[in-house]
Amino acid sequence: MANISIIPSGDFKTSYGTDTTIFPTKTSRNFAILGVVLLLACPAFMDRYWLSLLIQIGYLGIAALGLNILVGFTGQISIGHSAFFGFGAFASAWLNNSVGVPVALAIPLAGVVTTLVGLLFGMPAARLKGLYLAIATLAAQYILQDFFARADWFTGGTAGTIAEPLTLFGFAFDTDESYFYVVLVAMVVMYLLATNLMRTRDGRALVAVRDHYLSAEIMGINLTKYRTMSFGISAFYAGIGGALYAHYLQFVSVEGFTILFSIQFLGMIIIGGLGSIMGTLMGTAFMVFLPEAMQALTKLVSGTAIDTALNLKDNIAFLREMSIGLVIILFLVFEPDGLAHRWKQIKAYWKLYPFSH
Amino acid sequence: MTLLFQLLVNGLIVGALYGVVAMSFVLIYKASRIVNFAQGEFLLIGAWTCWWLLTSWQLPFWIGFPITLAFMLAFGVILQIVVLRPMIGEPIISVIMVTIGLSIVFQAAMKWMFGVFAKPFPPIFASPTVNLFGLEVQTVYVMSLLISILIMAGFGWFFKYSRTGLAMRATAFDQQVAQSLGISVRHMFAMSWAISAMVSAVAGVTVGVVNGVSSALSFFGIKVFPAVILGGLDSVIGAVVGGLIVGVLENMAHYLDSQWLNWGNMYEIAPFYVLIAILMIKPYGLFGTKDIERV
Repeated sequence: MANISIIPSGDFKTSYGTDTTIFPTKTSRNFAILGVVLLLACPAFMDRYWLSLLIQIGYLGIAALGLNILVGFTGQISIGHSAFFGFGAFASAWLNNSVGVPVALAIPLAGVVTTLVGLLFGMPAARLKGLYLAIATLAAQYILQDFFARADWFTGGTAGTIAEPLTLFGFAFDTDESYFYVVLVAMVVMYLLATNLMRTRDGRALVAVRDHYLSAEIMGINLTKYRTMSFGISAFYAGIGGALYAHYLQFVSVEGFTILFSIQFLGMIIIGGLGSIMGTLMGTAFMVFLPEAMQALTKLVSGTAIDTALNLKDNIAFLREMSIGLVIILFLVFEPDGLAHRWKQIKAYWKLYPFSH
Repeated sequence: MTLLFQLLVNGLIVGALYGVVAMSFVLIYKASRIVNFAQGEFLLIGAWTCWWLLTSWQLPFWIGFPITLAFMLAFGVILQIVVLRPMIGEPIISVIMVTIGLSIVFQAAMKWMFGVFAKPFPPIFASPTVNLFGLEVQTVYVMSLLISILIMAGFGWFFKYSRTGLAMRATAFDQQVAQSLGISVRHMFAMSWAISAMVSAVAGVTVGVVNGVSSALSFFGIKVFPAVILGGLDSVIGAVVGGLIVGVLENMAHYLDSQWLNWGNMYEIAPFYVLIAILMIKPYGLFGTKDIERV
C-alpha cells in the first residue's frame, strides 16, 4: 500500500506508521521534490529583489516555525519571539567575531545558545499557562531588548555588530544567489525536523498538552518537561533563523528586534494556521509580501486625490504597521483557521467535485 | 535626601495613574475575561482627542474634556460590539491577538494623524506650581493625584452601591447565573469596555498635560502588566496597590541607578524584572484569585 500514486477511495491504512506518513502517495512526494527542484533553479532566472524576498521568507519561516511549535502545537503563548530571534543573530556574530568559531559552526551553535536563554525564560513557563506566560514572555522581550542595547561586548551596543559572511571550503556565500541555497538547505532541514517531531511520541505529547493538559497529565505526560521543552525548541528555531539573518545582512543592529517584530511572527502563524507546518510557510510568505504589496499600492495611487489626502509618501511606514494589525484582526475574525485550512478545503473540493462532501 | 523624597512623591503620583489604568484593565478582564493589550492605546486616543479639541477647535478645557470622555464612551462600546463580540468563546490566543492587532492599528493611525513628536497641551491651570508642605509641586501633579483618587473612589462606590456595578460584579462572578437573573451580559461587556476606555482616557489626558502627548503614552499600557500581575489579575484593589508599588519601585530603581549603577534606563526596565520575579514566586499576585489545581 505504500507505493500507490493516487489516493484510494476509502481508508485502508492498517498501521499508525502509514497513517502519519508525510507523503501518502507517490504523487504528493514527487510534487514536493518538484517544488524543491524549482526552488533550486530560482537564482538562475530571478532578479535580486525577488531572491531577497525569498531569502527573507526562508529565515523568517524557520523562526516562525519555532513559534508555531510553541503556540500552535503546545498552546503556549509567546510575545517575545523576536528577542530570541535577535539573540540568535547576535550570538552567531559574537561566536564568529570574538570566539573565532567558523560561521558554518556558529549558526547551529547560536541556536544552542539561544535554546539555553529560552530555557532560562521558559522556567516560569513550566509553571505558567496561557495568559500568565504571555505576560512573562512580554517581559522577556523588554528585558532582552534592554540587554541588547547595554551589552556592548556582545552586541556592539548602539553601534551594532558586523557579521562575517558564511564561507565553506574557501567559497564565500556573500551574494543573494549563493546565500539562497544556504537558506534553502537550512529551511528544508528544519521543516523536515519539525514535521518528523510531530510524528514522534514527544510531538504527540506536545499536542496532548495543548488539547487538554489535565488529561495529558493523567496519561503520564510530564507537563513541566514538555512545556519547557517546547519553549526550548522554539528558541532553538528562532536562534537558527536569527543567525541566518545575521550572516545574510552581514550586520546586526539592536533596533530591529522590537515588540512589533514579535507580533509579526505571531501574525505569520495565525495567518498561516496555528498548528500547521505548511501553514507556517504560507503565513510567512504572506507577511513578507504584505509590506511590498502596500508599497505597490502606494505607487499605484501616487499622484491621485487619495495620495494627497493621506500624504502616503511620508506615511508609508505607518501604512505598513497598520496593515499588519488589520490583517491579523481580519484573519482572526473571518479566517481563524488560517490559510492552510483554506488550502485543505480547496483540495477537498477538487477531490470531491461534483459532490459537496 | 531631598532627591529621594522627590522621587518617592513622583513615584506615588505616577503610581496612582498606573493604578487607574490598571483598574480599567482589570475591569475588562473581570467582566469579559479578555486581556486587553490595547489599554495603552486608549490613553493615547483619549489624549490626542482632547489635544485636538483644545488646539484645533480652541475649546476651553472644561468643554473639550467632557466631549473627549463622551467620545471615548462611544468608542469603547463600538469597539466591543464590532471587534470583540465575534471573539466570545474563541481560544485565549485569538482574543489576545485581536487586542494586540488593535493596539498596532491604533498606534499607527495615531502616528499617521498627529505625527511622531510629542506635542504639549495648551496651559490649563492659572499657576504652574503650588506650594505643598514647603515643596514646590507642579499643579498638574496635584491635580493628577486628586483625579486618580477620585476615580478610585468612584470605582469603589460604583461596584459597591450602584445597580450597574453590582450587575457587573455578578457577571464577572458567573455569567450564566447573572444572565438567568435578568442581567444582560452583553450590556455589561459593552459597559465595561466603555468605562475602561473612558477612565483610561482621563489618565491619558493627565499624562499628556504633564509630559505632552506622544506615542510614548501607550507604554503605560505595557507598564500596567507588572502592576496587575503584582496585584492579581482580577482584583481592583490589587490593581491600585500594584500600580502604586510599580510607580514607587521604578522611581527607586531610578534613584539606585543615578547613585550607583549608572545603567541609564533602569527606570524603564525594572518593573519587568520584578514581573518575572513575581511570576516565579507568586503567580496569582497579592490579591488575585488562586486557581487551585492538583497538577
